[in-house]
Amino acid sequence: MFPKLNLKMLEETKMARFKTKKTKGEASINTSSLPDIIFMLLFFFMVTTTMRENTMKVKIKLPEASEVQKLEKKSLVSYIYIGTPVDKKMYGTNSRIQLDDAFATVSNIPEFVAKERQARDEADRKLITTSLKVDSNTRMGIVTDVKQQLRKSNALKINYSTRKMLAGK
Amino acid sequence: MAKRTAPEINAGSMADIAFLLLIFFLVTTTMDVDTGITRMLPPPVENPDKNIDVKDRNVLKILVNSHDLLLVDGKPGNINTLADKVKDFMTIHTNNPNYPETTSKFIPELGKKVVMTKGIVSLKNDRGTSYEMYIKIQNELARAFNEMKNEKALQYYGVKYKQLVNPEKIKIINKLVPVRVSEAEPENVGGD
Repeated sequence: MFPKLNLKMLEETKMARFKTKKTKGEASINTSSLPDIIFMLLFFFMVTTTMRENTMKVKIKLPEASEVQKLEKKSLVSYIYIGTPVDKKMYGTNSRIQLDDAFATVSNIPEFVAKERQARDEADRKLITTSLKVDSNTRMGIVTDVKQQLRKSNALKINYSTRKMLAGK
Repeated sequence: MAKRTAPEINAGSMADIAFLLLIFFLVTTTMDVDTGITRMLPPPVENPDKNIDVKDRNVLKILVNSHDLLLVDGKPGNINTLADKVKDFMTIHTNNPNYPETTSKFIPELGKKVVMTKGIVSLKNDRGTSYEMYIKIQNELARAFNEMKNEKALQYYGVKYKQLVNPEKIKIINKLVPVRVSEAEPENVGGD
């Protein structure tokens, strides 16, 4: 008698347990911290973002080099772009210089350097680096002209912008 | 008056707003780090003296024409062997008339050392040379000098040049391995 009853009770308790589980349904994941996680990601990207300052009017494929240095302090870098125009129908296929947002000629460079100097603090003016972003198919003639102009306007620290070559190439 | 409970703000859409912002920044982010070869241009000279006498043994002439072909010291050269040639040229060979002159110099911490003082690598390109080739040459030159600096740093301090932290030590290595590269004004033979 006893064992039988015991078994029945056991059966019942088992069923009860099963039933309670079923009534609970699927456990829902707590999503209340999801916004926090997303905000964290958001802040990360906000901090690391540098907005592209200039719209590119020339097409530039940078050459590769292995002995590269990182350009520190982006605020102290001014850029000169040289390459073939993106809009070939309108501007032809000859290499052109782009300063800021517009095409320029070699004679505009001293003016550009002066403007870049004006935009910086007086203490920082000596530290300005001019980064030359030049397409790898450009002829050296135009690059040399730019360099001569930079010399004349005393912007002597330059950086030939290159992509880092992967080792073993 | 009954105490009113603060109305609860529905924060369910917060995640959506955050997502939207996140996606905006994801799209606009440019993570590229600017890298490049840094060089100092020579300061402008009013009246360039055309007759600077430099002994022939002291100059390693590298010429590049508009077809991107190299002429190293009067012989056709190859970009792959350029760094070795520069290194060989800039290595100290005392009393060898085929190599540049050296002088003994006092260097702090190390005492008297024979230093390459006169050797110059002269680079001259045509206006028609491609920028890619120019950068390749600049890169090879930089590599040659960096390797020599590494050798010296390993010899005296047991670490690579880039791992040196002490500015004094970096200065000493730079004195031992002077980077002497001169760029001539390009010629216009091959056209732009």
